Amino acid sequence: MAIIEYILGRILQMVPVLIGVSLVAFLSIHLVPGDPVQIMMHGRATEEVLATVRGELGLDRPLPIQYLRFVGGAMVGDLGKSIIQKAPVDEIIGERLGPSLFLLVYSAVLAVVIALPLAVVAALKAEGPIDHGIRIVGIIGFAMPPFWVGLLLMVLFGLVLRWFPISGYGRTFIEHLWHLFLPSLTIAAFLAPILVQSLRSAMLDVMTADYIEVARAKGLSRRRIVLKHVLRNAAIPVITVLAVNIGWLLGGAVVVEYVFAFPGLGSLLVRAVGHRDYPVIQGLSLVFAVIVMVINLLADLSYMAIDRRVLRR
Amino acid sequence: MTAIAIRDELARWPASLKIGATFFLLIVVTGLFAPWLTPYDPYTQDLAGFLQPPSWRHPFGTDHVGRDVLTRVLHGIRIDLQIGFITTYVPMTYGLLLGALSGYLGGWFDTLMMRLLDVAVAFPFLVLIIVIIAILGPGVHTIYIAVFLLAWTMYARLARAEMLVERGKDYVLAARTLGYPTSRVVFRHAMPNVINSSIVFSMADFVLNILLVSSLSFLGLGVPPPLPEWGAMVAEGRDFIFDAWWISTLPGLAIVVTGASLSLIGDGLAHRLGQRQRSFL
Repeated sequence: MAIIEYILGRILQMVPVLIGVSLVAFLSIHLVPGDPVQIMMHGRATEEVLATVRGELGLDRPLPIQYLRFVGGAMVGDLGKSIIQKAPVDEIIGERLGPSLFLLVYSAVLAVVIALPLAVVAALKAEGPIDHGIRIVGIIGFAMPPFWVGLLLMVLFGLVLRWFPISGYGRTFIEHLWHLFLPSLTIAAFLAPILVQSLRSAMLDVMTADYIEVARAKGLSRRRIVLKHVLRNAAIPVITVLAVNIGWLLGGAVVVEYVFAFPGLGSLLVRAVGHRDYPVIQGLSLVFAVIVMVINLLADLSYMAIDRRVLRR
Repeated sequence: MTAIAIRDELARWPASLKIGATFFLLIVVTGLFAPWLTPYDPYTQDLAGFLQPPSWRHPFGTDHVGRDVLTRVLHGIRIDLQIGFITTYVPMTYGLLLGALSGYLGGWFDTLMMRLLDVAVAFPFLVLIIVIIAILGPGVHTIYIAVFLLAWTMYARLARAEMLVERGKDYVLAARTLGYPTSRVVFRHAMPNVINSSIVFSMADFVLNILLVSSLSFLGLGVPPPLPEWGAMVAEGRDFIFDAWWISTLPGLAIVVTGASLSLIGDGLAHRLGQRQRSFL
């Protein structure tokens, strides 16, 4: 019962944030200096066309009514119509949501695969030369701009060695894995250093805990202690770090998608900004915010799966 | 006396802080003297000598319109460091103030603050910046406005969390019992203990802001073209990367070296200021 209560409470907490988020997304179009419709049409439309577009967007109604229509529409998945592509925004976003989420999960998995062994080694040999070496590599990795890493990986592995395709998404799951390897690696290269440091310090904290002493006194092997006790307890701070940085991860993905001409939400955003396609921009900012919130919710729920004591707080 | 104090302080610096600070100082000095360090101008085109590979005359080669890449990278220090510095430390000042007040006062002010912070972190930072750019149009001024609107929230969150801890400590109670006004208790007594985590975070934030500005310029939404901004230079060299790798690669390397030196400073500061957390979260 406590579990259901916890989940419900957590979802209720999201409501005020959702209202704030929808207000920001809604108001963005009204903050455009001058007439947004005029700007969207690049100043080339007649007064009649402008009036029609204004009517289509509902911009001729009072603000509160517009907001309610916006929220009401968003709840049933109606985000209006793209000015440029003449298609419903939810369809345009829907097509690209899958690839973007795939990229996100793939990058996170790659980052964990890279970070986990490095963090374990760094924590076991803390303050030794290997630990310092790993930290220096991390500091360099953290400072590398994703667009630059993406470009270099694309040239090296895509154009020179021809191991991986330099753009596209592919059709089957295996093709996705192959097509998305370079963009995911680019994002993972930025995320992994953050993960290594947080996992390392979390492991160091756990390793001094009493129950690890007990496990050691029981004569458990070092390998078993690290795998069963230390990593499990160090997982919570790491999930927190992943969840807190999800905004940065998504932001980095925007740039990386653009570099690889990847058919995802990020490249759509860059293009929509170029075309001043405000309905698409509005819809995207809403969708991005919801992705962040859902991931944070999932993070909270996974704490519960790892450690039931969360419920008692 | 002061010489000894400085020597003692330097002796307490960890190696990472010394190395990072040395590198960073070198970069700043190079940026200051950029116009006198090479015989070229960052904007003058030389169509007879375009796409030349690195050589003694042009250590970083020339770009597609014959401009000396090294000269442009050195002038880029001024742009990227200046924007990075302003976008880090301006929001930090009022973020710290608002966060510390929020944590100390509690009540409706704190509730309002928390709701604002919740909404701000719900959006991916870069996405919100791009949305603001879509509203106001691209350019450096828009980047300043967008970052000033958003970036303070991270410092406010840190300062608030620290203040919640400090608020209950004896020295704060003592200051309150002595009847000091709230502003004095918050800013003179508690602030020095609240500020450390933000100072350490600011170094990582500085790196992230340089990445932000260069990313936006790379996308064509930040610093406009003829200016030698590093990200914009990477974008300019993109079409020639197969034949002329140096145009894109070397400005990117400048970002890495600058960012790494800042991260080293952050790492060292975390040690020196006794912060448990390392430089990046």
